Amino acid sequence: MTEKESQVQAIGPKAYIVVWLCLLALTATTVTVARLHLTAYAVIASIFIATAKAALVVTFFMHLRREPWILKIMLFLALLALTLIVLLTFSDVWIRYK
Amino acid sequence: MNESAETTVRHRIDYTGAKMGMWIFLFTEVLFFGSLFLLYSVFRDKYTAEFHKAATELDIVLGTANTAILLTSSMFMATSITLVRKGKYGLSIFCQAATILLGIVFLINKYIEWGVHISHGIYPNSPALLEMSRGKIIFFSLYYVMTGLHGLHVLIGVFVISGTLLFTARRKINETDFVKLENTGLYWHFVDIVWIYLFPLFYLIT
Repeated sequence: MTEKESQVQAIGPKAYIVVWLCLLALTATTVTVARLHLTAYAVIASIFIATAKAALVVTFFMHLRREPWILKIMLFLALLALTLIVLLTFSDVWIRYK
Repeated sequence: MNESAETTVRHRIDYTGAKMGMWIFLFTEVLFFGSLFLLYSVFRDKYTAEFHKAATELDIVLGTANTAILLTSSMFMATSITLVRKGKYGLSIFCQAATILLGIVFLINKYIEWGVHISHGIYPNSPALLEMSRGKIIFFSLYYVMTGLHGLHVLIGVFVISGTLLFTARRKINETDFVKLENTGLYWHFVDIVWIYLFPLFYLIT
């Protein structure tokens, strides 16, 4: 392997350990927040923290930040599709059952 | 990298294609689990109070431990790829073995958890469950289906990583050809992300 190739190489183990520690810290945070019994805001807080964790995993462990732009757009479209399905379903649920 | 021989270029094209194929498969998985999360959201919207009551039956300590276990396994998985790319095969095999071991520990915890529920008479279609309120029945049905399907994904992952471990040992996965390991890693991290959402939605809503 050439010198140049090793520079473009994957994220090193040290960065992975930092990301892992962040993920554990966020897990501790979400458990603590849940114990505060914030009721209405608890769901939003836990989904927000879960999404932050998922973003860390996708960006670093799945190294999306080093992938070509086409892959990022594809992921965006997949998530957009899921969001639309959720919104359309909830528009039905809220209008007909509330 | 671009100035390398034609074979390298061809290899790189295949590499990109293989990885893109894996991502497309993961998008189908996003919709697969996404639809289950949607089902969960709709029923939780309808039976909010009962979902909260039912969630108290779940063991937060075991759930948190399993979260930490999967996150740690993901860290080992990601590291194993970096190590293969550096030619450190022994260490990479160690990291893959650690990932497999943590996956198995996760499943053992899941087995203990399910065992406790089943000993309380709570399992699909059980008399004790059917006597409960509608919201609770739906909560536990979703709990069994979603954690069960997730557990199945973990089990499949354990088998696939065992395969990549053997490939690495035989150098079929090596510093120039590691896309099998990388795609396995992508799958494993996806399974981790599913759990990242399952954990707060089932364990932390009490």
